[in-house]
Amino acid sequence: MSKTYVHAPGFVAGDRPKIVTSRFEFADSFTLERYLATDGYKGLRAALSRPANEIHEDVKSATVLGRGGAGFPAGTKWGLTPQQVWPRYLVVNGDESEPGTYKDRLLMERDPHQLIEGCLIACYAAGLSQCFLYIRGEMALAQERVATALNEAYAAGYVGKNILGSKFSVDIILHWGAGAYVVGEETALIESLEGNRGMPRLKPPFFPAANGLYGQPTIVNNVETLANLPWLLTHGVAAYTAIGTKTSPGTRMVAVSGHVKRPGVYEIINGTTTFRDLLYGEEFCGGIRNGNALKAFVPGGGSAPWFTPDQLDLPFEASQVGPAGSMLGSGAVMVMDETTDIPAAALTLTHFYAHESCGKCTPCREGGTWLERILRRVVNGEGTDADLQQLLEVGAMICPGAFPHAANEKLGLSAVPFPYKMTTICFVGPSAYAPVHSALTLFRSEFEARVKKRVTIPVTVVANETANVGASA
Amino acid sequence: MSRLNDANIKLAREIIARYPRPKSALIPLLHLSQEQNGYITREAMQHLGELVGVTSAEVYGTASFYEMFKFEPVGKYLINICGTMSCALMGAHELMHHAEKKLGIKAGGTTPDGVFTLAHAECQAACTEAPTLQVNYRYRLRVTPDDLDRLIDNLRDGKLNDEFPPHGVLSKVRQSIDASRAVGAKAPEDVNEAPAWLDGKAAL
Repeated sequence: MSKTYVHAPGFVAGDRPKIVTSRFEFADSFTLERYLATDGYKGLRAALSRPANEIHEDVKSATVLGRGGAGFPAGTKWGLTPQQVWPRYLVVNGDESEPGTYKDRLLMERDPHQLIEGCLIACYAAGLSQCFLYIRGEMALAQERVATALNEAYAAGYVGKNILGSKFSVDIILHWGAGAYVVGEETALIESLEGNRGMPRLKPPFFPAANGLYGQPTIVNNVETLANLPWLLTHGVAAYTAIGTKTSPGTRMVAVSGHVKRPGVYEIINGTTTFRDLLYGEEFCGGIRNGNALKAFVPGGGSAPWFTPDQLDLPFEASQVGPAGSMLGSGAVMVMDETTDIPAAALTLTHFYAHESCGKCTPCREGGTWLERILRRVVNGEGTDADLQQLLEVGAMICPGAFPHAANEKLGLSAVPFPYKMTTICFVGPSAYAPVHSALTLFRSEFEARVKKRVTIPVTVVANETANVGASA
Repeated sequence: MSRLNDANIKLAREIIARYPRPKSALIPLLHLSQEQNGYITREAMQHLGELVGVTSAEVYGTASFYEMFKFEPVGKYLINICGTMSCALMGAHELMHHAEKKLGIKAGGTTPDGVFTLAHAECQAACTEAPTLQVNYRYRLRVTPDDLDRLIDNLRDGKLNDEFPPHGVLSKVRQSIDASRAVGAKAPEDVNEAPAWLDGKAAL
């Protein structure tokens, strides 16, 4: 039975290094009191005791990867701001809404001060003079927790004018959205923050670091990325890079949902943990529910091409998952067991992206909707074999060329590497196609079993009849 | 009657002052208006436009993009049932059918007594706890049909008023920045220098 909702459940602790979830074991993890009792604001103090550029260097050499989806190193991103253009802003992306993703809300509800401290360290290191913390509109409790934490932090001198009595001053403004998935795209997030419709901006410039909020250099970082910084500054670069691999150091939060025995959010070691560990390991999900066989899984949020059991031994390492035909995205694994109706599962995702299209780019606005309508027809048993071809043709108009997919020994398929080409500004359009393409490539027989063979009228007969009609006239 | 009341105007001015440009405050102000009135009216948009210095058409342009803003009254309790993949895999469609039967309305509809609006929702970021729903953007997780029946009965009987404020109320806590602690927002054109702490020396 569902219980009164106190704060985000779902997190499963374990005997592993904890960087961002170290306080989750405490019932009062969101209070300033608990935060200060557990190394809170120590990283900020450590940062302010050194020149700002050194802190930026630390974040660069620790290779703190962005946790929002693209996996771009935060330190490098900060370095993309043009010289001597002021002011610069920090926008925190707390608009978590990628299907399957559940980590930023946990971090905001259960450890808001850690996020605030991360924001302060980023502002100090990159010379950002105002911070906007954008929380998804539908997350009322996260807004409450962050608002409370900010009020406490302002009163205690951690945020605002002359932080800890130093010359470092920055405001953190709590901002909240109103329900639009596409606003998670960084330029759409900025548009929304300017009070506009949340539509992605034309590119180039490719990074808002050059031209962002109000046309100024703007860093957009994900909640989890920033939540890493207090630990990094408290424990140092060496301790951080000692966890994980050289190219994917530290930990990352991964939500595993769907048909596993123990769905949950796990903080895993980056780079070395494999999908098999995560899905079958006793300290993680403990296998597929009811002892069923695994059919397929989505490795990195609804936008990611699907994997099958063939890919279970891949680690959480972008340089391996990309060539294998998908992406790690936002740390969201959705698991489908052998009982899953694959076309229907793909439809839920395609519906999502069609529904969330902002309408700016035609291939996404029209194509996404077509994909959904055709797929729905197929799922309802009203489709024809021509519809299956049509799905691929519409998809090719959103993503021309080979679309990434996983290798499959049984089907004799070799992998097409990620990423794809696209005819849209942002990734919403291609994301509507990803589930269709994966499902249709890897499980084509399930689609074929549902469609009617189209009866074609033999062309020769028609031609003769026409000729006869013509002759008698 | 749907302009912001005096207390909310004061609050609105505080919010506007936090941003380098007033229009940035639009979404928070639309929420404030929806909290006051339950939904967004034409007159409210006119007023918000006056407050941030844009036309009411621009306000509508922004507001109409976002799912959470409603332009006609909805029930006191808006029940959003997630139907995206993780929830669908765990029985969200069955849950929706059950809710439709229990409430006697289709998704998208409101009960004749104006208490419940039922809606399909997209991913609610609680995927490991599927199937999920939100009542006025507050969660219930791993919801069974029985849980849903009890929830609806309890809401109707007013037993959950503390947990679920009426539609329109989001965060029950507001950010408030004491003037003595605030750095203050400046228009970007009024800032031409690097921040003081970028002088190559430690701040502390």
